[in-house]
Amino acid sequence: MLDYTTNEVAERHALCINPAKTCQPVGAMYAALGVHKCLPHSHGSQGCCAFHRMFLTRHFKDPAVATSSSFTEGASVFGGGSNLKTATKNIFDLYKPDIIAVHTTCLSETIGDDLNALITDMEIPEGKYMVHCNTPSYKGSHVTGYSNMISGFINYLAKKTDKKSDKVCVFPGFVNPGDMREYKKLLKAMNISFTMLPDTSGVMDSPMTGKYEMYPAGGTKIEDIIQLGECRKSIALGSFASEPSAEVLKKKCGVNFSSLPLPMGVEATDQFIMTLQELSKEEVPYEVEEERGQLIDIMLDIHPYTFGKKVAIYGDPDTVLGIAAFVLELGMIPKFMLTGTPGAAFEHKANELLNKFAMEDCIAKAEGDLFLLHQWIKNDKVDLLIGTTHGKTIARAEDIPLVRMGFPIIDRYVHSYQPLVGYKGAIRMAEMIAGAVMDYQDSHCDEKDLETVM
Amino acid sequence: MNSVRDQVLDQYNSRVYKNRKEHVLTKVDDKTEEIGANTRTIPGIMSQRGCCYAGCKGVVLGPIKDAVIIVHGPIGCSYYAWGTRRHKAEADERDGEQAKSYLEYCFSTDMQEADIVFGGEKKLRQAITEAMSIFDPTAIFICSTCPVGLIGDDIHAVARWAEEEYKIKCIGFSCEGYKGVSQSAGHHIANNQLIRYIIGTGDKKPKKQFTVNILGEYNIGGDGWEVEKLLKRCGIEVVSVFTGGSSYRDIKNSHFADLNLVQCHRSINYVADMMYDKYGIDWIKVNFIGVESCTTSLRSIGEYFGDEGLKRRIEEVIADEIVSTYDEMQFLKSRLKGKTAALYVGGSRSHHYQALLKDFGISTVLAGYEFAHRDDYEGREVIPTIKTDADSKNIESIQVEKDEKFYKVYLNDQQKEELKEKGVVLNYYEGMAKGMDEGAIICDDLNHFETEEFLRILKPDIFFSGIKDKFVAQKSGILSRQLHSYDYSGPYAGFQGAVIFGKDVLMGLSTPAWALIRAPWKQIPSLSGSLGGEE
Repeated sequence: MLDYTTNEVAERHALCINPAKTCQPVGAMYAALGVHKCLPHSHGSQGCCAFHRMFLTRHFKDPAVATSSSFTEGASVFGGGSNLKTATKNIFDLYKPDIIAVHTTCLSETIGDDLNALITDMEIPEGKYMVHCNTPSYKGSHVTGYSNMISGFINYLAKKTDKKSDKVCVFPGFVNPGDMREYKKLLKAMNISFTMLPDTSGVMDSPMTGKYEMYPAGGTKIEDIIQLGECRKSIALGSFASEPSAEVLKKKCGVNFSSLPLPMGVEATDQFIMTLQELSKEEVPYEVEEERGQLIDIMLDIHPYTFGKKVAIYGDPDTVLGIAAFVLELGMIPKFMLTGTPGAAFEHKANELLNKFAMEDCIAKAEGDLFLLHQWIKNDKVDLLIGTTHGKTIARAEDIPLVRMGFPIIDRYVHSYQPLVGYKGAIRMAEMIAGAVMDYQDSHCDEKDLETVM
Repeated sequence: MNSVRDQVLDQYNSRVYKNRKEHVLTKVDDKTEEIGANTRTIPGIMSQRGCCYAGCKGVVLGPIKDAVIIVHGPIGCSYYAWGTRRHKAEADERDGEQAKSYLEYCFSTDMQEADIVFGGEKKLRQAITEAMSIFDPTAIFICSTCPVGLIGDDIHAVARWAEEEYKIKCIGFSCEGYKGVSQSAGHHIANNQLIRYIIGTGDKKPKKQFTVNILGEYNIGGDGWEVEKLLKRCGIEVVSVFTGGSSYRDIKNSHFADLNLVQCHRSINYVADMMYDKYGIDWIKVNFIGVESCTTSLRSIGEYFGDEGLKRRIEEVIADEIVSTYDEMQFLKSRLKGKTAALYVGGSRSHHYQALLKDFGISTVLAGYEFAHRDDYEGREVIPTIKTDADSKNIESIQVEKDEKFYKVYLNDQQKEELKEKGVVLNYYEGMAKGMDEGAIICDDLNHFETEEFLRILKPDIFFSGIKDKFVAQKSGILSRQLHSYDYSGPYAGFQGAVIFGKDVLMGLSTPAWALIRAPWKQIPSLSGSLGGEE
């Protein structure tokens, strides 16, 4: 397994090996699926759309519907305007969405299709909408694309108004439907009325009923996006995936925002709850406090198996930071933190966390790849890997247990239904982490040392 | 009552109808009608098709284990083709020559905005330098993605430079996603470069008397290994597979084989044709999916070589395989007989698997290809009548010359004629349509809308397709199994593979959850209670 990965880390400037990121459009497609009765549309050659649908379907094990402008060589020379026009007509005729959310690809970006102009000239049926965002694949990552699509919805739909409602706008970060459900549970418990954009729960974790629904019950409602300008505040969860959209909403409609880390682990969730409490001006209900107490109880229970263990964490920047915060709370050492997504803020925030827990000799890197991570691990072995599917080769090669968290997980089931955020999510993380460490001990210790009670 | 076909197509607007009516047929009177295929996808219609890059890198090149394949472009294209198509491979040694396997690795130049603006050739050269210093491969392939073609990076010049600089094999593949109308263009581009630069460049002659290449076998779930095992038992040497589990090391010697076996016609028929023209190697269309078809394919190979000893060994192997799988096959057949299936896969499986389904008594009510040409439906006899259009003209079609050094004639014309009388037709594929049942639907480039509608009307017991439409079928209550990736099972080829396939289908149909879909409270007609005042 990965036999040709060398121990010596040679600097690479051009060759990315085993990436820890993918391109913008897949993130845009995922975000668009979180709007009710929205059909994502990929403006480019059809392979992009096919790849992204394949990938989302493999992660969520649910249909990911999206259409494409199906560029040919001609469209690539003369522009994709007429393809988009044909596509728009066919989509509204056949698939009858309420809204089409277009994202670009490196193809349409490189030839310079002006989507603003194209959409302005488009014949859109009464009561239907069409929005777009630019997602050049050669900039940022899928996280950038996710954020750009959310901003696209706001740019097109949200109205500036003097009217204020008691609603709070929540940007959930690049998370699973299971996380979105957890947010909603907490928001309800805290008595906050809200709009969450996007909301893929009820779409990408839709139930089996025996009847296929192209547009399942979930997703943010278009009217709610239009009214986002009335929100008294917005909360951006995860600075990479959410903050840019909160900025856009502020700029366009004057809605102030708080930028918080993804509420993963104790303190980050505390911060989220405290922010909500400031808004609700009500006491934190017992059920939330109870969950928090359960989490701390569990953390104390499992500490013999977590304390001092070295972990390598990789994946999307907000998620890696969230997991790192929690493993630090567990007394673990986040030896390596790596994301493929570019952005110095990742390293900065990671170092802040490390300083807070007085951790030394840990490395955090943005724009890295899994080849590099593996080389680091070869030189300094860790006890646990936490990240996405593509780390399984490293886990196998180095015989390190792997706990799957983040996007994409294309080799396991059920993960997208369950949260990592909130106290409940941290309880789940605690179970997964302790379970992995203890299973490893059970399968690797001498037979005479196998314990019945642990 | 309208036909099933019309019930679906009549829902289209006139422009879409005009296009799609050419692509959807009902099999009638044992005739094979002309079908629209290999034409542009209608924008917005939610096709399942992929792109040229997917056909070139993903399908044909991806499985070649000892080549470092650098995808020149933004990160996504390489990322999505990383480990997502279960073409298995293992590093190995053959006649003292190693073939490494780089399939666990994903290589990309990860182009950034500056590379798009100022050109990416420099970065590509640097990437090759880095790949050489870390991996020291014998071959590097460069695959272009959409923006590379647009900005005009000359990957072929870079490939020539790398060959000079590092004394390795380095080949450029201009397989930008926008070329052609589907994956098919990419197959062709890959085929062209294989014949131009690799096939015929090796000097390791095979050792056995009977030698073949297996073309269009990608070793999904280990299929190719299963077939190789069978052939080996019969005493046949496989010089090279194209390209499942295979290597640059083996492909370069493939011109020494005496016969080409073509499994997936669509993706590799260009190589088969060109090897015939250049080296005189005949090809036969085989199908190692299904017991009957496996038997026929093995016997055809025996007939081609015409050796009595070989034919006897083949019969022994067939008998042995049938005996060892008989009980399980009979049991599975007893459980699966009478079921119906719809198949929508790439370019050959929709045909191949009908044979296996037939072994179990399962009939096919709908079948279609994602990226086939007319000959894959109607047979190669229609090739001269296929109209070229702007899209197909853009894909280079190369003519090869007879190779004076290696050209050979294994069978003369009279022997070929005798072979034909025994039912073995050389260099020919009959297509999918001829073998299909009366009334079955044949649908090219089946899109999302048609999938939903045909499933609703035809109600097949099983829908065999890919990951994108799998859960659409499953959510509507129909078992769906992926025939691109076998839902992570397999091998399905060969006699043993047939059993695994049958078990997987039976498992899918029998899983208890199907009976639990309706909640018990939904099964009560209405709330029961009493009206006030009646008691």
